[in-house]
Amino acid sequence: MESNSLTYELTINSATHVVTDAWIGESLLYVLRERLGLPGAKNACEQGECGSCSVLMDGDLVCSCLVLAASASDAMITTVEGIATHDPLTDERGLSSVQQAFVDEGAVQCGFCTPGLIVAVHDLLEQSPRPSELEIREAISGNLCRCTGYGRIFAAVDAAIEARSQGAST
Amino acid sequence: MSTATATPTSTARDHAIGTSAPRPDGIPKVKGEFVFSSDLWAEGMLWAHIVRSPHPSARIVSVDLSAAYKIEGVRAIISQDDVPGKKIFGLEHPDQPVFADGVVRFFGEAICAIAADHPETARRAGEAIVVVYDVLEPLVDPELAITADPIHPDGNVFRHLVIRHGDQSAVGEVQVEGTYEVGMQDQAFMGPESGLAIPDADGQGVELYVSTQWLHSDLWQTAACLGLPDEKVRLTLSGVGGAFGGREDVSMHIYLSLLALRTGRPVKIVYSRLESFLGHVHRHPARMWFRHHATRDGRIVKVEARIVLDGGAYASTSSAVVTNAACFATGPYKVPSATIDGWAVRTNNPSCGAMRGFGAVQTCFGHESQMDKLADALGMDPIELRRINAMASGDTLITGQVVTGALPTREVIDALANHPLPTDTRTTDDMMARPGGAGRTADAAHVRRGVGFAVGWKNLMFADGFDDYSTAACSIDRGVVSIKCACAEVGQGFVTLVQQIVRTEFGIDDIIIEPADTTIGSAGSTSASRQTWMSGGAVKGACEAARTTLLKRLAIAHNVNIEALELVDGRVRSLDGSVDLSLAEATETPVRELLEFHHAPTFPLDEHGQGNAHVSFAVAAHRAVVDVDIDLGLLRVVEMATAQDVGRVLNPLQVLGQLEGGTAQGVGLAVMEEIILHGGKVRNASFTDYLIPTALDMPNVVIAGLIEQPEPGAPYGAKGVGEPPTISSTPAISSAVRVATGLGLPRVPIRPQDIVGC
Repeated sequence: MESNSLTYELTINSATHVVTDAWIGESLLYVLRERLGLPGAKNACEQGECGSCSVLMDGDLVCSCLVLAASASDAMITTVEGIATHDPLTDERGLSSVQQAFVDEGAVQCGFCTPGLIVAVHDLLEQSPRPSELEIREAISGNLCRCTGYGRIFAAVDAAIEARSQGAST
Repeated sequence: MSTATATPTSTARDHAIGTSAPRPDGIPKVKGEFVFSSDLWAEGMLWAHIVRSPHPSARIVSVDLSAAYKIEGVRAIISQDDVPGKKIFGLEHPDQPVFADGVVRFFGEAICAIAADHPETARRAGEAIVVVYDVLEPLVDPELAITADPIHPDGNVFRHLVIRHGDQSAVGEVQVEGTYEVGMQDQAFMGPESGLAIPDADGQGVELYVSTQWLHSDLWQTAACLGLPDEKVRLTLSGVGGAFGGREDVSMHIYLSLLALRTGRPVKIVYSRLESFLGHVHRHPARMWFRHHATRDGRIVKVEARIVLDGGAYASTSSAVVTNAACFATGPYKVPSATIDGWAVRTNNPSCGAMRGFGAVQTCFGHESQMDKLADALGMDPIELRRINAMASGDTLITGQVVTGALPTREVIDALANHPLPTDTRTTDDMMARPGGAGRTADAAHVRRGVGFAVGWKNLMFADGFDDYSTAACSIDRGVVSIKCACAEVGQGFVTLVQQIVRTEFGIDDIIIEPADTTIGSAGSTSASRQTWMSGGAVKGACEAARTTLLKRLAIAHNVNIEALELVDGRVRSLDGSVDLSLAEATETPVRELLEFHHAPTFPLDEHGQGNAHVSFAVAAHRAVVDVDIDLGLLRVVEMATAQDVGRVLNPLQVLGQLEGGTAQGVGLAVMEEIILHGGKVRNASFTDYLIPTALDMPNVVIAGLIEQPEPGAPYGAKGVGEPPTISSTPAISSAVRVATGLGLPRVPIRPQDIVGC
């Protein structure tokens, strides 16, 4: 689209990305997925209702579908792709304790809500390392899941809390 | 010969059939690397947009594309005149024009499709298209539709199914009667409809990457409309973000393929959530009347029922849904006489088709409401009434079919009935334990608790004479087993099961699951709780065939009797020890076997609705504990307990996931989920207004019992477990709310005004 386009930079998972000649109306979700090759954030509703597009912006949990990408140029953005642990010696990416717990506890079925939940649960456990059941339910109540009925997701959160209390770093 | 040692087998044993083996796609899914159909990208791709009707019933007077074509970046616009092949499509009975053919029959029907260089360009082009409609009065009442002037050349009745069983003049000493209604539920899968079509370089074929439940049905319908032979259209399954029945029908496949062929470029589409609500079929709304006859000691004598399902504008699977609704309308109970009339009709409402439970959900709400009413009339405990009428193996369905497999209805009921109830938290200070949560003003003294119980069932696999099959191939090459099957993994965990089968059959862990695509025969649909049985059976059968071929070859090569050879824990050995090879050594020359797996044949129902139309059955029961704020009409589902007839548990964690997830969809139908229609227009096509249970709404799901009675004919004895949890959960909740309030509540979902408005 030729009209209302501009070029700007985004800082995502500690790396700088240049967005070139993009329509100003594009959401952060669209730019991540369609321009920058970071499709981890998902597009279940694009109305801020489902949480599948959750990312961290300057440490705040946001729906990337509701953020204009161009307005995020000064923010530090973390997506699900930046959640995995990184070994600087081998350059290998491993699973965070939250990701491992989701796999182990059966919290993943179709997996479409999973990236958003991973980001949301990380955010929760950073803010509150030992949340109550109600805190957990409230923290993920903005992330819709249609497959699991949430039971295994709660189990995964509990397992991640336990792993982190045993010393897991993320 | 290689000196390779035996493949380590401990992982294979640890993750074989019967274990909670992890999903092979779990790690990519938690890392955000799993490729869903909306994540696809191709160099130079265009974006598609579909223009849809804002009217549920209209004649199209004119379509003016001129302004849209003037928008820079618009590459193609197509409509019904551009469909080169068959002009209609449909899952069971093709009756839907690819694009509206001069007439619009539902709100959101496709008028034309655009390909442009950016999704926003395509959307703006859609706004620039001027369609002039002659708006007609929509036919929206399914009862009236039966006799109204036809709104389609094929008429307004998709199927009228008649079941006449036993003594039609039988009369019970006690009779109860009721009229019930079920609202229109949406599958509300998270991943919206999306896909990518890539044209062949010669323009004579197309590659289509989509999320679907049945690749081959999509192939057959798409190729016919494109006017291409099947081999010129190749479908590959992309990551599927849930399905629940809503992806069994073709959605954007034909539009994308036509645009790709027209422009010579890859074309992608991703539906918005609004478009997803308009662009797939829903669960049929139902109006049902029942009369139950029983003896004074509580034996059911006869059930009469009239069931009207609103199928909406086009057929989809309506005729099969009403068949199921009618066949299972009396519940898993011994019913010597039945008089059932089931109708699925055409209206100008949104089309309805498959959703988890497939007709059995609607009638379960009816028959279980009736069982409670009958227990009340008899002065009998409602669970005891269900126990004494419970159907078992050897009993006869109202279709005259004798159940030959396992049917542990009474065991399911007993397991659930014996499970302890949760503690009563109504009077605690924890406001979050009350209906509406802390932000509400529920007065603890006015919160009433109800406990409800319901039993449901349905058939497994396709029925009514349909030749249902699946195809799989097993290759073994230097010890690595590759499985090819077109079964759609939609989240249920079939890929886990494939690995478990291979580990069990060969004792090895080097497994490749090849992409699901149409280069192999059909696997049938991922629906009807059928893939564990059907595609699981095909994979198991292909593994067995490959094993047999391999052992025959080795027997000849080593001059031993084939009966003397065994393949265990990844090694081929002879009893005398003269042969001892790792599977890698034994398959330096690869083997490959292809197998088509069919279940026992079924037969169409006759004019009285009698016949052996079904393969197998599964029962589940739910007990709901619900707190009701009688001042505000708010509900809190405190706990859902369930027991289920599962045949055999192949993966405990995945079974648990199906029971919890299926129960949640039943909770949603009971208390919040409904597509609201006004004159045929959908008024709540968003997750802002169509509510599904969140983490705050869902109670814990307690598994009171998994009844394992291996099913004859089923691979490893397992029954499909996906649908039964969604059937009885809804009526268990409505029953609990009736107990709490004393209200009749003949309709789900139960709304606040149903409680406080009475």
